[in-house]
Amino acid sequence: MLKWLEKNLPKIVMAPAVGLIGWFVYGFVLWTLYISFTNSKILPKYELWGVGQYVKLWGSRKWLIAVDNLLIFTALFLIFCVVIGIILAIFLDQKIRAEGVLRTIYLYPMALSFIVTGTAWKWILNPTLGIQKMFIDWGFENFTFDWLVNREMAIYTIVIAGVWQSAGFVMALFLAGLRSVEDEIVKAAKIDGANLFTVYWKILLPMMRPVFFTSFVILVHISIKSYDLIVALTQGGPGISTTMPALYMTQTAFHKSQVGLSAASAMMMFMAVAAVIIPYLYSELRRENAR
Amino acid sequence: MQDKTYSSYKQLEQKSKYTNLFLRWFLYFVLIIFALYFIFPLYVMVVTSLKTMEEIRQGTLLTWPSGLNFDSWLVAWGGRGYGAGDTFLKPYFWNSIKMVVPAVFFSTFIGAMAGYVLTKWRFKGDKWVFLFLLFGCFIPYQAILLPMARTLGVLGISNSVIGLVLVHTVYGIPFTTLFFRNFYVSIPSELVKAARIDGAGFFKIFFKILLPVSTPIIVVTIIWQFTQIWNDFLFGSTFSFGEAAPIQVALNNMVLSSTSVKEYNVDMASAIIAGIPTLIVYVLAGKYFIRGLTSGAVKG
Repeated sequence: MLKWLEKNLPKIVMAPAVGLIGWFVYGFVLWTLYISFTNSKILPKYELWGVGQYVKLWGSRKWLIAVDNLLIFTALFLIFCVVIGIILAIFLDQKIRAEGVLRTIYLYPMALSFIVTGTAWKWILNPTLGIQKMFIDWGFENFTFDWLVNREMAIYTIVIAGVWQSAGFVMALFLAGLRSVEDEIVKAAKIDGANLFTVYWKILLPMMRPVFFTSFVILVHISIKSYDLIVALTQGGPGISTTMPALYMTQTAFHKSQVGLSAASAMMMFMAVAAVIIPYLYSELRRENAR
Repeated sequence: MQDKTYSSYKQLEQKSKYTNLFLRWFLYFVLIIFALYFIFPLYVMVVTSLKTMEEIRQGTLLTWPSGLNFDSWLVAWGGRGYGAGDTFLKPYFWNSIKMVVPAVFFSTFIGAMAGYVLTKWRFKGDKWVFLFLLFGCFIPYQAILLPMARTLGVLGISNSVIGLVLVHTVYGIPFTTLFFRNFYVSIPSELVKAARIDGAGFFKIFFKILLPVSTPIIVVTIIWQFTQIWNDFLFGSTFSFGEAAPIQVALNNMVLSSTSVKEYNVDMASAIIAGIPTLIVYVLAGKYFIRGLTSGAVKG
């Protein structure tokens, strides 16, 4: 008995982690999948109802708006975060004085919660007392900036706050990537007559392929899960104009008590994330095996 | 040969020195503009929290406050003292502490053990077990929200700090395992093998060989988990309401409640109070914070 215990101790120690994740992640996802095939309202019902909830979901105007917003947000969020992140990383890589201070400033938003960020930006973007008033007081009397309460533009306020929060993170990833490149490569290129721009554009950035990939995966992942920021900034409004899937899911479940429909939307989110993550994990694993 | 390359490189550097001067000014200009953009919201938060509502209406976002007026901070922290409907952060701040400390401890401990087994006591299929755990880093939590709400209800710990400790411990395990596994993989297994031959057991090896060198990764993990759990809103707002809510939920409720006249100075003071613990950790241990972010770059 003692011998068996000793032999299997590692597996026994491993068991809580595997068991908890097995149940609370995989078990729960399957459970949600099951609920999505039922006609559950406030309380779960357990007789199967088929794909009705999915049909209802994709026929819902609110869900379509949510998906639309997600696509707009993801595209802009990705582009701005990556462009700003790369510019900052390259510039910081030029033996800058006070690099440490600047880096700290660029990255501190990552330490704040989206609720704190959202609260701050909501005040800054406040149509009467925020940025608008600042410009009017500076003499731009006709300046208007009402994106926060404008149906067409409100989604872009979420982009502004989201980029502010996450661009520094992309900077950190790229800076780490650039620093891992051997100095000799850059020196050799310079001796061959390449200027700094060419060095980055033709040599260093192409070498950053894995970093681009990582940033892409992480940013898309953040944007699919976007929830807190919208709650703090717009609550999905004005109207339903800034609803996104994560907000749709909780609202449908906990305010509208449409548990089945909500589970269906959760499964759509799950599949979207899986479509991005599984290829990523696969490639990471292959890279590790090759090492 | 080596010397020649080096000197011609130096000459090149010398020649382009003056054209570079302009470039460097441009560089600093851009970097400082971005620094201002990143600092701006923090600046606005701090100055707004120090103003009176009268000053806020008269000045702009950037106007310096007339004095160091911490009234809004006191209201945000301790309320106005009129009982019902008076929400303030103090009790929720303690809720968050009571939630964060055990959740960070348990998830870090379980992750350390898992990382140790996965690297030093390898077994058949351990790679798959790792992948199995790793996937948990990425799942959108919406896909587990409904079953979790039900489970917490059945266990009788919904709307309680204990329930949130459980939730955060469980969903922290994939990250903590990832951190420890990636760290222990770089520690030579020969040490462990030698100790095994000497007859040292599972726990002895962990405490005598691995734990003493684990300080950096423990710091990274604790900071990571602390920041994640402190900043969480989804779980907090879904599984707790009223008195058991953590601070982010309370902050959001305070800012959204539109009972009386909007007091932006109190809102900003509240936001700072809710953000300050993670901000302090970031400033004090930024190196470890960044390492958590990038070394767990597999994360989300």
